[in-house]
Amino acid sequence: MAEVLLPRKMEIAKDPSKFGSSDLLHVLAVDDSHVDRKFIERLLRVSSCKVTVVDSATRALQYLGLDVEDKSIGFEDLKVNLIMTDYSMPGMTGYELLKKIKESSAFRQVPVVIMSSENILPRIDRCLEEGAEDFLLKPVKLSDVTRIRDSLMKVEDLSCTKSIKKRKLEVTENVYSLDSSAPSQLKRAKI
Amino acid sequence: MQRQVALIKQSLFDQGYLDEQFMELEELQDDVNPNFVEEVSALYFKDSARLINNIDQALERGSFDFNRLDSYMHQFKGSSTSIGASKVKTECTMFREYCRAGNAEGCLRTFQQLKKEHATLRKKLEHYFQLARQAGPKETARRPK
Repeated sequence: MAEVLLPRKMEIAKDPSKFGSSDLLHVLAVDDSHVDRKFIERLLRVSSCKVTVVDSATRALQYLGLDVEDKSIGFEDLKVNLIMTDYSMPGMTGYELLKKIKESSAFRQVPVVIMSSENILPRIDRCLEEGAEDFLLKPVKLSDVTRIRDSLMKVEDLSCTKSIKKRKLEVTENVYSLDSSAPSQLKRAKI
Repeated sequence: MQRQVALIKQSLFDQGYLDEQFMELEELQDDVNPNFVEEVSALYFKDSARLINNIDQALERGSFDFNRLDSYMHQFKGSSTSIGASKVKTECTMFREYCRAGNAEGCLRTFQQLKKEHATLRKKLEHYFQLARQAGPKETARRPK
């Protein structure tokens, strides 16, 4: 995993889980409100996620390695499973952050959830059109977080299962090819 | 003593100072993080004191920059909502309505009321947390590990 030089204001939550950190979903949370940052961090920790919290969209881009204009590639080795961002932030909004993430090759597949205290339908539409995974009204509920986490875990499980199946078949093929007495007409099903 | 703590908390809800969001925060406490709500509360009052100061200064200057005032109040309302500060939140909403209507007098009046509610809540919560700490972890910690 790439080593990232962290600006002073960034808070990295220590992972208290007894599981290896590679098993946990890593969530990047972005909010300019100190109270809301503390709240979302707690919600995510209680939901067994690894959390990185930053106080602005700019810092989020720095963390992801997307802050350099001519190199919007991002830190390829950085594992982020979900980004949750407040909509209304000074400087860059959550919507603008969403766009930048979706433009990047490294992180465009990462689901982005927008949080807002205001229930403005055109705003919600715009975010969803831009590729937001979900739009949550603040205050965010624990049930919102666990719902999103569960659906992400399913996706992780599916892709994990797929790669395990693929590996099993590859191993079987190797075994057959080593055995010269095996019939050459053996057909292998495509994954 | 724990009954006393429970009664104080109940009255805060009954009198409308706090809403169910406060309960949501308490649900997030456990043995490892038994003071989570108190910590959030401390953050809230630190933040809101700064916002009150900013708004006071802006109002004192006399020129009513409604956009800026609305922006401050948006932040104030946001954090008040997150902690469950119901009465303060209501005042924030009213203030923003006066901003949008360009009603300076309404803003000033509402802001005085907001400061009062804010100060009252602060005192009541400080008292509540103090008692809760004395009563011991049983009352404050909710989530089983």
